[in-house]
Amino acid sequence: MAARARGGGALGSSADEHAAVVSWLREQEAKDLLRFVAIGSVDDGKSTLIGRLLHDAHGLYQDQLSAVRRASLKGSTRGAGSISEIDFSLFTDGLLAEREQGITIDVAYRYFATDRRKFIIADTPGHVQYTRNMATGASTADVAVILVDARHGVIAQTRRHAHIAALLGIPRVVACVNKMDLVAFDRGRFDEIVDELRSIASRLGVEAIHPVPVSALAGDNVVERSARTPWWTGGTLLDLLESLPVADEDRDGPFRLPMQLVLRPGLGYRGFAGRIARGTIAAGDEVVALPSGKRTRVAGVDVGGREVPSASAPLSVALRLVDEIDVSRGDVLACPSAPPVCAAELEADLVWMSERPLDPGRTYLLKHTTRIVRAAVRVLSGTDPETLAPAPARSLALNDVGRVLVTCRAPLLFDPYRRSRRTGAFILIDSVTNDTVAAGMIAEKTKRDGTADATTRTQVGAAERRERLGQAGVLAAVLAPALEAARELAFAVERELFDRERVATVVEGPAAEAAGAACARAGLIAIVPGVGGGATLVVDGEVASSDPGADVDETARAWAAILASRSGASP
Amino acid sequence: MNALPADAVPAHEPDPRVDRRRLSHLRALEAESIHVFREVVAELERPVMLYSIGKDSSVLVRLAQKAFAPAPLPFPLLHIDTTWKFRAMIDFRDRFAKDNGLDLRVHTNHAALAEGASPFAWGSNKYTQVMKTHALLDALRAGGYDAAFGGARRDEERSRAKERVLSFRDRHGQGPKNQRPGCGTYSTARSGKGESIRAFPLSNWTELDVWQYIWLEEIPIVPLYFAAPRPVVERDGVLLMVDDERFPLEPGESPRIETVRFRTLGCYPLTGATRSAAATLPEILREMIEATSSERQGRLIDLDEEASMEAKKREGYF
Ligand SMILES: Nc1nc2c(ncn2[C@@H]2O[C@H](COP(=O)(O)OP(=O)(O)O)[C@@H](O)[C@H]2O)c(=O)[nH]1
Ligand SMILES: [Mg+2]
Repeated sequence: MAARARGGGALGSSADEHAAVVSWLREQEAKDLLRFVAIGSVDDGKSTLIGRLLHDAHGLYQDQLSAVRRASLKGSTRGAGSISEIDFSLFTDGLLAEREQGITIDVAYRYFATDRRKFIIADTPGHVQYTRNMATGASTADVAVILVDARHGVIAQTRRHAHIAALLGIPRVVACVNKMDLVAFDRGRFDEIVDELRSIASRLGVEAIHPVPVSALAGDNVVERSARTPWWTGGTLLDLLESLPVADEDRDGPFRLPMQLVLRPGLGYRGFAGRIARGTIAAGDEVVALPSGKRTRVAGVDVGGREVPSASAPLSVALRLVDEIDVSRGDVLACPSAPPVCAAELEADLVWMSERPLDPGRTYLLKHTTRIVRAAVRVLSGTDPETLAPAPARSLALNDVGRVLVTCRAPLLFDPYRRSRRTGAFILIDSVTNDTVAAGMIAEKTKRDGTADATTRTQVGAAERRERLGQAGVLAAVLAPALEAARELAFAVERELFDRERVATVVEGPAAEAAGAACARAGLIAIVPGVGGGATLVVDGEVASSDPGADVDETARAWAAILASRSGASP
Repeated sequence: MNALPADAVPAHEPDPRVDRRRLSHLRALEAESIHVFREVVAELERPVMLYSIGKDSSVLVRLAQKAFAPAPLPFPLLHIDTTWKFRAMIDFRDRFAKDNGLDLRVHTNHAALAEGASPFAWGSNKYTQVMKTHALLDALRAGGYDAAFGGARRDEERSRAKERVLSFRDRHGQGPKNQRPGCGTYSTARSGKGESIRAFPLSNWTELDVWQYIWLEEIPIVPLYFAAPRPVVERDGVLLMVDDERFPLEPGESPRIETVRFRTLGCYPLTGATRSAAATLPEILREMIEATSSERQGRLIDLDEEASMEAKKREGYF
C-alpha cells in the first residue's frame, strides 16, 4: 500500500475518524469498573462459567480461542461427551500444575468490557485447602457470584464460602444455580436451592441475593436468555452484572488518608502522599494528624503532580499542609470532627491462612493501612462449619474463621470494617517467615471490660434472636442540648417505633450505656437519651442524623424510621 | 455494637462536593498503580524499574512520575539490552531517558555475546534464556536490588492471569503454591533475606486500557507501533523486519517493503509485524476495538513452547 500523507504527530488523520475515536474515548471515560469474584465449591463450574461469559460477551480474541481449541485436543482431563466442543474452563485454568489436576489452585484474574462497564473477574479455587486464596480474590470485590451445582445443592463448602463472602462485606451477592441442563431445567429444584441460599444469607446478615438459573456449559442465561427456562422472568447473569448499582460508599465517609510517604523534592515542597481511604478533601479543609492530634489546614491537593480543587477516595494524592507538622508513614490525616477510632485493643473476625495454626502465646506483625505494629491474638470463638454460628475454639487452623481479641503494642487508627473495608481491614504477618498468616476484619465494638464475656459466652446467637423477634438489636443515643429535651424526644421515638410494631425501650440511669448495650444484644432497639451539642441521633456509635424536624413529633417520626430500617426488614 | 460516645459526636454531613458518579475505570486503575509504586518504595530499600522500551514501559514511567511528582523517580531504570533490539527502540530509549531525566542503566550479557549468542544461531529458547533471563538475574544481583517493577499485565496470556501484583522470587525462582496470600491492597511488601519482590503496577490493565491511557495522557511511544513502509520477509506466516545486516537471508529470500506495524516490541528477529495501515493513534485504537487477534500472536517465543511464561517464571524471569 502506498504511504498516504497522515498527520505526522501521534494524533489525528481525517477529521471524521478523529471525531469518531474521540467520542468513543469519551464513552470509555464514562465507563465504571466492577470487580466480581466467582466462588463456590470445586467442580460447580466457576471456571466454565467465566469462560462462557468471556466468550459470549465477545471478550475473547480469535486466536486465544484457537489456542484453547488446541489445548482441548491435547490433554483435557475432563470427561468427553460434553454439549459444547470447547472446554471453557481452559480460558481461566492457566497454570500447568492445575491443568494436570483439572482444578483451579490460585486466583486467576480475567478482564472484559461491555458497552456499560469494565469488569475484573477473580476466579477462585474451590478446594478447602485454598480457601485463603478465595479470601484474597474476594477482598476487593463489589459483587460475589456464588455457584451451586443444581444436582448437589448447597454443600458445606458453599456455606463456608458464603460465610467468608459475608464477613468480607461484599456488597452484592448473585447466586448462579448451575448445571440446570443436568436437572432438566426443573423449576422446583431451582426454587428449593434458592430458598436454602436465602436462609443462609439471612443467617449471615446478607441483605439480598440475586438468583439466576444457568448452564455455564451450554450458555443458558449467562449472556443469552434461555428458551429452556420459560418460567424464569429475571434477567441473565450479564444483565445483573451490568445493572447492579455499586456505590463506592467510602467516598461519602469522613476523610481518612493513611500516610504512605512524604515527598520532599527540595524547594520547600512537602507532599503528604497516600491513597484516600474514605471521604473527600479540598484545599482549605481542616485535618487532624493522628495519633499526634495536631491540627492544620490543607494548602493544596495534588494528583499526579497536578493541583486539583478536591479529591475523593480511592484516589492517590499528595497533600500540602499549611503548617509544618510532623506526619510520617503509618500516621493518618483525618477529618477532625469525625476521626477514626484510636485503640490498641480490638475485636476482629479472622480468616486464618497459614498451615501453622494461630499461636496465642506469640506475637505477630499486624499491618493495617500503612501501619505495622506487633500484636498478640487471643481466640474468642471459632465457627461451626454447619450452622456458621460461633463455637468454642482455642486456636484457628488453616482456613478457619473466628472472632479474636487483638492486643497491639501501639494503637491503630481504624473504622469498623462494616463502615469501611479500607480502614477496617488488616493482615497478620509471621515475623519469622514473613508470610501473611491471616486476614482480619475489625468488628463493630472495641473491647471493654464485661462486654466481651456477655457476647462471647452467650449460647444464643444474634441470628436466632433476630429470628425470634423479627428485628435486629440496635443501640441508639438521642442527644439534645438539655437532658429533658433529649428524654422527651427519646420517648417519642420509642412510641413511634412501637406503633411500627418494633420492640424498643428507653434506657436511663447511671449505667445506661451498659444496660442499653445489653438490651440491644438481646435484640431490642435501645434508646439512651443524653446531652449533646445539637439534636443528634447516634446509631451504634456513629451519627445517623443531626437534622431535627420542625417539632418533636416530626423528628421522632424521622428518627424512628431510621432506627426501624437499621433493625432490619419488618417482622 | 459500639458503646455510646461520651459526648456528642459532631455530625459528619454528606459532602456536597463528592462526585456521585463512580470513578472512571482508567482513573481507578491509575490510583491503584500509584499506590503500588509508593508502597514498594516506602517498604523496600533498593527498588529498580525494569524498562523494556515498549508502550507498557512508557505508561509505567508515566505512572511512576505521577506517584512521586514533583520529586524525580526515587529509583533507577534497568534495561536488559540483548543488542538485537530494533534500532528505533534504542534511539527512543536514549532520547526518552534524556527528556525525562531518568537514571537509566543498561546491562548486556557480554560473555554470551562473545560465545556467539544470537537468536538465529541459538534458537529462540536458549537465546532468550541466556540473553534475557540470566542477564536480568545477573543485573539484579549485581545491583543489589530488592524490588523490581515490571510492566506485565495479566491479560497478556493465560499463565499471567494468576500473577500477583506483588510476587516473591527466591533464589531458585518460585512455584505457584508458595505464593504469599495477601488481601486487597494489603499484600505486604516486606521481603525476607535472599528474596526479592517483583511488583506489577499494570496488573489490572488491559491492552486497550493502555492504549486509551497513552491517548489521554499523550505519552510518547516508539514509532514502530505506527504503520510505515518497512523491509520485511515472511517466514512460517510471520512477518519479520530486516532491521540490520545481521539478518541471515535464506537463499532466494529478499526483503520487500510492506506497510506494517508492531503490536509488541522485543528482539527484532523474534518479533512479528502486523500488516496494517494504522499510522496514528486513533487508527490504532480503531483497529484495537475491532481486533480479532490478540497481542502476543506476533511473538515467536510463545509459539515455541506451551506455557512458556510459566517456565520462565520458575526461573525467576517475568
Ligand atoms: N453439564 C454441565 N456441566 C458443566 C456445567 N458447568 C460446568 N460443567 C462441568 O463441570 C466440571 C467442572 O467445571 P469447572 O468449571 O472446572 O468447575 P470449577 O472447579 O468450579 O472451576 C467440568 O467438567 C465442566 O465441563 C453445566 O452447566 N452443565
Ligand atoms: Mg476452576
